Amino acid sequence: MNWTAIGVTCQLASLTSIALLVIGLPIAYWLAYSTWRWKFLIESIVALPLVLPPTVLGFYILVAIGPHSPIGHFYTHIVGHPLPFSFQGLLLASILYSLPFAVQPFAAAFEQVDRKLIEASWTLGLSKLTTFFKLILPLSTAGLITGVVLSFAHTLGEFGVVLMVGGNIEGVTRTVSIEIYDNVQALDYTAAAKTSAFLLVVSYGVLLLVYAVNRRVWSIWPQK
Amino acid sequence: MAAEIALNFQKTFVGRASITAQLRCALDPPSVTILFGPSGSGKTTILRCLAGLEQPEEGTISVGEELWFDAANRVTVPPQARRLGYMAQDYALFPNYTVEGNIAYGLTGLSAQEKKARVDEVLHLLQIESMAQQNPTQLSGGQQQRVALARAIARRPRLLLLDEPLSALDTPMRARLCKDLRTLLTQLAIPSVVVTHDWTEALVLGDHMAVIDNGRMLQTGTPQDVFSRPINAEVAHVVGIETVVQGTITEVRDELATVQIGTVTVTALASPHFGPDVFVCLRAEDVTLELTGSADTSARNHLKGTVQTIISLGALVQVTLDCGFLLTALITQSALRELNLRLGSAIRAAFKAGAVHLIPRR
Repeated sequence: MNWTAIGVTCQLASLTSIALLVIGLPIAYWLAYSTWRWKFLIESIVALPLVLPPTVLGFYILVAIGPHSPIGHFYTHIVGHPLPFSFQGLLLASILYSLPFAVQPFAAAFEQVDRKLIEASWTLGLSKLTTFFKLILPLSTAGLITGVVLSFAHTLGEFGVVLMVGGNIEGVTRTVSIEIYDNVQALDYTAAAKTSAFLLVVSYGVLLLVYAVNRRVWSIWPQK
Repeated sequence: MAAEIALNFQKTFVGRASITAQLRCALDPPSVTILFGPSGSGKTTILRCLAGLEQPEEGTISVGEELWFDAANRVTVPPQARRLGYMAQDYALFPNYTVEGNIAYGLTGLSAQEKKARVDEVLHLLQIESMAQQNPTQLSGGQQQRVALARAIARRPRLLLLDEPLSALDTPMRARLCKDLRTLLTQLAIPSVVVTHDWTEALVLGDHMAVIDNGRMLQTGTPQDVFSRPINAEVAHVVGIETVVQGTITEVRDELATVQIGTVTVTALASPHFGPDVFVCLRAEDVTLELTGSADTSARNHLKGTVQTIISLGALVQVTLDCGFLLTALITQSALRELNLRLGSAIRAAFKAGAVHLIPRR
């Protein structure tokens, strides 16, 4: 087995999960509690990676961060090297690709917190932010674990986006799923089988954790 | 500006009758104001507007010198800044905190020592010390109610808002806890607004009350006044009790209580738990009228009186007698003709001991 690829993959998945925990919480809070009538526009954008072919998502990200785009130009100017085909570029793509896998369980958990408890907290003088940390988060732990674990698992297995944005650079952007593809292309079925088995076991273990925490079937979109 | 709570606002939910609130009640001395009405009348919404959990479309809310809401000038003080004790109908205790944790939850900005002292104080006041480390989900309804009250008063709020504080409890317990609540509110001396649909609770707890139906405030006054002198048939229908007079229990024998009301006495079913001072309450449909010479029936109470008012309510007629106190009876038009009643007619009222509700009075 190629431990370098496994290392890159685990690093990418961990960083993606952590980043999504930070970015996903405010987005999920807004989705769960906003009464804005056009909220569904944002909900749909967040859910887009669920249905969009990874190559399409990868293509747009590649264009958006390429040296000819303002973002890509700015990044190259600041950091000194371009974003595509780097680990940072791959991380950005993974975050966008796994966004719904974190945000939706978070938002579903927040929506299940009884509104009356939140109001009770406000009338007891606690700000919305303090209420979030002292009441809503502790009551949403199952949803938080689900979101973090699912985005981790989803990143482990991503292929199309990685290929489009990350390329296939040993030790930098070559992940396990690409490793398997390369093995098969080179007719090295033994190596492919080993790596596939590894990914299967890890993915199954991660899902076991999610289901054990939730004790109910996980659904993709928040249950109202 | 006088020290008072002044509400004057309008709130509309799409597809529902709009709710109009106009109420002033003095903050000093601290008193208990009852918002009374059937479910769906809008009383909870008025309380939520007072708590800052709903925003009216029009009008103002002020408490003492503070302006909490003014639609015209876009003033909205958030619930956090109103220094409230708000208790929701199902108590809304935090399941992720112990009883102690729930009570300490809102005590921000106090030192650990002060916080501990304050928690111990309210635990003691509500006699729930033994439950301090328990989780609220393990408690009975009555215990949860005490914890919710403890949490609401721990911050020493300037205004206490209680939404149906007793409705989640079963009936036998309710009467006792209602009296306990009144004792507590008197002891705390915090101005309070209590929402209820139960007239016994309104009588026991309230100093003032407002009757609300279909989003409108129909009548305000002391509970006794409102119950015994509803300004119109609509209020009488909403409050559902027509005669409320003050009396004193003079004797209890064979589970029957003799109650002195001015110069007359009535017999009622005795209820343990309360002292001699009571409100005597009677529903008009429980009172029958008979000619003065007629034979006694099984009813325990027969009072002679003279007719004071006759108000027609369609098929029924509401007759008020003076029989030492004002007593209201509801009879049919045909009964009115048969008895040949006119203003000043002498007549006898009869009602069963079981129809007399005794409510403890402070």
